Amino acid sequence: MKAAVIQFPGSNCDRDMLVAVRDITGADTQLVWHRETQLPSGTDLIAVPGGFSYGDYLRSGAMAARSPVMQAVVAAAGRGVPVLGVCNGFQILTETGLLPGALMRNSGIRFVCRSVGLRVENSQSVFTRGYDQGEEIRIPVAHHDGNYFADDATLDRLEGEGRVAFRYTENVNGSARGIAGLLNDAGNVLGMMPHPERMTDPVHGGTDGRRLFAGLVEGLIRQMA
Amino acid sequence: MKTRIFVTLKNGVLDPQGKAIHHALEGLGFDGVHDVRAGRMIEIDHADSVTRADLESMCSKLLANMVIENFEIEQN
Repeated sequence: MKAAVIQFPGSNCDRDMLVAVRDITGADTQLVWHRETQLPSGTDLIAVPGGFSYGDYLRSGAMAARSPVMQAVVAAAGRGVPVLGVCNGFQILTETGLLPGALMRNSGIRFVCRSVGLRVENSQSVFTRGYDQGEEIRIPVAHHDGNYFADDATLDRLEGEGRVAFRYTENVNGSARGIAGLLNDAGNVLGMMPHPERMTDPVHGGTDGRRLFAGLVEGLIRQMA
Repeated sequence: MKTRIFVTLKNGVLDPQGKAIHHALEGLGFDGVHDVRAGRMIEIDHADSVTRADLESMCSKLLANMVIENFEIEQN
């Protein structure tokens, strides 16, 4: 199995993501620089990590979404390759249009950096199959622009289609309907503000993020078989 | 040739920054401020051959996020 972690100028969770993906999934995991026009051949999984790509200039994720490598990521997502976007990665995925809506400044204005409770709203996706439906987990957030926005018609549709993967148990940033993680219509793209890669080892204070990666590898192996 | 582009949040989209500015103005003792909405102005210096359609395309492809923002193009 091969995985790619996309690296932009200003990414800062790229190494943590690489370690989590590599150590938990066992995939041959490479960092792929934003100027690349294609992904390593045979890439089975793509992670778009957190950070402040391009210094958050213009809007969080806006510049990264137009970078050469993201054209390749969008094409791969269209072929069904799983794409996980965390934090700035989620912002980038909404800016590319792979996920609907937008992530705005937190409603409380402040940067929020702490562990939060999440409820697993959809445990059927390739990303969430390691969790139980309705289970509550704890994963840290660290963001300034995590306030999810979409119009009511879009939100109704997303809820109806089961595309809300995770919901905050306490709304830390003003997100519409407490949405913390969202799937695309095909279920192979997940964007989430909380950082599962930061809860993968007992020394992190918890391992609730680990099952996302562990479930992912099982799901991928099942798909390949 | 210079064009100014104003990017603002759509009506109905909450603007936490505008709200914070509003509170700060009140804190400074400015009364009678009903609401504050914050946006961004982008000045583009360009060739005369750049058309209005080009500018609109720049706005919708990059300068504004059409999910939450509107743009206005001001050409002199």
